[in-house]
Amino acid sequence: MRFSRTSKALGVAAVVAMALTACSGGTGGNNATTGDTTKVITANNTEPQNGLLPANTNEVGGGKVMDLIFTGLVSYDAKGKIVNELADSIETKDSQNYTIKIKSGETFSDGTPVTAKNFVDAWNFGAAAVNKQLNSYFFESIKGYDAVSAEGSTLTTMEGLKVVDDNTFTVELAQPESDFQLRLGYTAFYPLPESAYKDPAAFGQNPVGNGPYKLAADGWKHDVSIALVPNDKYNGPRKAKNGGVTFTIFSSPDAAYTSVQSDTLDVLDQVPPSGLQNFKTDFKDRFVNQPYAGNATMTIPSYLPEFQGEAGMMRRQAISMAIDRQQIIDKIFYGNKKIAKDFTSPVLDGYSDSIPGNDVLTFNAAKAKDLWTKANAISPWPADKVFTITSNIDGAGNKEYITAMANQIATNLGIKAELNPVSSFKEMRALVNKKALTGASRAGWQADYPSLYNFLGPLYGTGAGSNDGNYSSAAFDSKLSEGLAATSVEAGNKLFNQSQEILLKDLPVVPLWYQAVQGVWSNNVNTVEFGWNGVPLYYDITAK
Amino acid sequence: MVMFTLRRFLQLIPVFFGATLLVYFLVFATPGDPIAALSGGKPMAPAVEAALRAQYNLDQPFWVQYGLYLKNLVTLNLGQTFSGQEVSAVIARAYPVTARLAIMALAFEAIFGVFFGVIAGLRKGKLFDSTVLVASLIVIAVPTFVLGFVLQLVVGVQLGWARPTVSGAAPWNELILPALVLGLVSLAYVIRLTRASISENMNADYVRTATAKGLSRRRVVVVHILRNSLIPVVTFLGADLGALMGGAIVTEGIFNVPGVGNLLYQAILKGESATVVAVVSLLVIVFVVANLVVDLLYAWLDPRIRYV
Repeated sequence: MRFSRTSKALGVAAVVAMALTACSGGTGGNNATTGDTTKVITANNTEPQNGLLPANTNEVGGGKVMDLIFTGLVSYDAKGKIVNELADSIETKDSQNYTIKIKSGETFSDGTPVTAKNFVDAWNFGAAAVNKQLNSYFFESIKGYDAVSAEGSTLTTMEGLKVVDDNTFTVELAQPESDFQLRLGYTAFYPLPESAYKDPAAFGQNPVGNGPYKLAADGWKHDVSIALVPNDKYNGPRKAKNGGVTFTIFSSPDAAYTSVQSDTLDVLDQVPPSGLQNFKTDFKDRFVNQPYAGNATMTIPSYLPEFQGEAGMMRRQAISMAIDRQQIIDKIFYGNKKIAKDFTSPVLDGYSDSIPGNDVLTFNAAKAKDLWTKANAISPWPADKVFTITSNIDGAGNKEYITAMANQIATNLGIKAELNPVSSFKEMRALVNKKALTGASRAGWQADYPSLYNFLGPLYGTGAGSNDGNYSSAAFDSKLSEGLAATSVEAGNKLFNQSQEILLKDLPVVPLWYQAVQGVWSNNVNTVEFGWNGVPLYYDITAK
Repeated sequence: MVMFTLRRFLQLIPVFFGATLLVYFLVFATPGDPIAALSGGKPMAPAVEAALRAQYNLDQPFWVQYGLYLKNLVTLNLGQTFSGQEVSAVIARAYPVTARLAIMALAFEAIFGVFFGVIAGLRKGKLFDSTVLVASLIVIAVPTFVLGFVLQLVVGVQLGWARPTVSGAAPWNELILPALVLGLVSLAYVIRLTRASISENMNADYVRTATAKGLSRRRVVVVHILRNSLIPVVTFLGADLGALMGGAIVTEGIFNVPGVGNLLYQAILKGESATVVAVVSLLVIVFVVANLVVDLLYAWLDPRIRYV
């Protein structure tokens, strides 16, 4: 899922020790025996930015709703492991050609059966340029994507997708990708009923899905609330254990926080920065504090003249070692984060905290200064040049930590460094997309699906869509391709971690810390469990 | 009187177009790329990006964009938000909520403001007067967001007398607390204005005459002093209605009121010209009409004033 101005990935949240997680979360499974399963649960949300179509939902506000009213071939459990939903089997011998069998007898909430064609049509719809779907790039691995997504293209089907019979379809990718099946639980890959295509815009306002919930009659009151009721036609592993979920739209997380405090809102999935200091005492045994698949980084674009070649590499390493991450976490985030040891996230399968070379992420002022001096011997840092870190400051919490970071860099390297504030997220993105930065910029990633590759390929592959710093390394690219061509997810992960060794030398971005979700709930509900992506398992919540 | 009203309504037309032009330009001139923000830092297929730019005319120069906007406006088409909703529908949802909030705040400041102001004015220099003066000074000095958060925490969370945030439909009773916060600063001004005006008019000739005629003190105060003292207060209240409707951004944010302020704030951040222009232009109309009503009220309050 994308991160936006207000999303968790951006400096709001933080990580805490796993021990805390163990005692506060992880008991969701017991709810059903004690809780009331008929009451409606209320939860915070933001207004979805687009109509509710799978391939057009790329932000958290719409994603939370989509993931409840739709279900795909697989879903993710609390740990991020894939669980079959509609898939009966997903088979491949070469990580390039997949045969997917779906369960028979499953239906959409309007009673029409879910068939292989519903998947194929929905994916084709999402990919085709004529339909202007924001998530279209998610289908780029499928053979034939280039043709349907080209500017001006009127094609609407990809040659890599073929319906075999009602319950079987095949997918041919343009090249082998070992983590393809991990992606299939993402919003973009949901099926659509036949009725969706007549008027997709109208369908997006009143979607018919196949998930554990369905939209209540007239359920989406824009900017106010979204009411979901259980879908009794759903038979998967995420069966609703409550009488429905009503999302209340909050424009500020602070307002939501006070609502949970007064028990007028049941679940808040992100404590605002103003509550970070006190939420543990405000909510005693009604909070979680656990890592989720997201991180915070700082991009140092490779197009900056001062950061070229050998000297540039040393400078980036020096900057990384000049940042005392723990101090910032303690002083600004009240200890609610965990320093980064790699480029991914500790909640992922295959994560390693001991990748060779990751000592470059450890604070070491002496070595930093030393490297900086060596770099200056190769090509001197321009006199009076200020090292800037660009960030939008409308998202709460950004300004404080970046200013602190700039001060540390300035002190430890003996240069000038400062925050370059821009007023809004759109201004920040415009600068980043135009490659018009004159210094570093705040960055971060929130996983779309639980996979190491998702933290690496889209961000650091040569020419990749989110490669904001224009990083390019042949060695890294070939390691990535090797990992993708692996015949199992495990073998792939090993290679992905090897590719990170290259990143740790080059530091296209400086990893800072792993994100964590701080969630709280009211006295009206039992313990709430949060998933691998920091989103509460809404279907599992029971009322008291 | 009729001619006067008509002329004022005609003035609305240039004001309206001037406002739309200015606001449209300001949104256009804010730095940043709305479509880039829409993709949220994730990649976007170039064809999709181009199609979206064309859909919102963002690929056109300013005058073409504005011209197309005006063209649609003539047919009462206010355009669409980035989420594909009609701006007119969005506004139709948000305006009634903010109107309710503003009217409640206005009623609150008018009733209590005049009441306390009159008493303070009549008892100038006494304990009540001094207390009101100090209290209103404090209210003016404390920023709205502080008042809002404190009242929300104390009344909403600790005492539990009211919901700390407004529920979806924003009914009248839940808007009491936000309206109080919204109107509090203006209340202080109304008290001070009324007090000053009353104490000034107390010594006027016509008051002495009225008293000499043997009228009761009550009648002298209510009919003679108060009515004549209300002109500056009404002027203030008229201007304040517009300010309350447009200036509720902070209050609406604190209490999560789904009104115009929230809408405007989000639209500005997203760079959604259609929404911003429509909301602000409507606010301009509210301002102008409120001032017209105030002007007409002058004649009723003070018969010496005539309109031609």
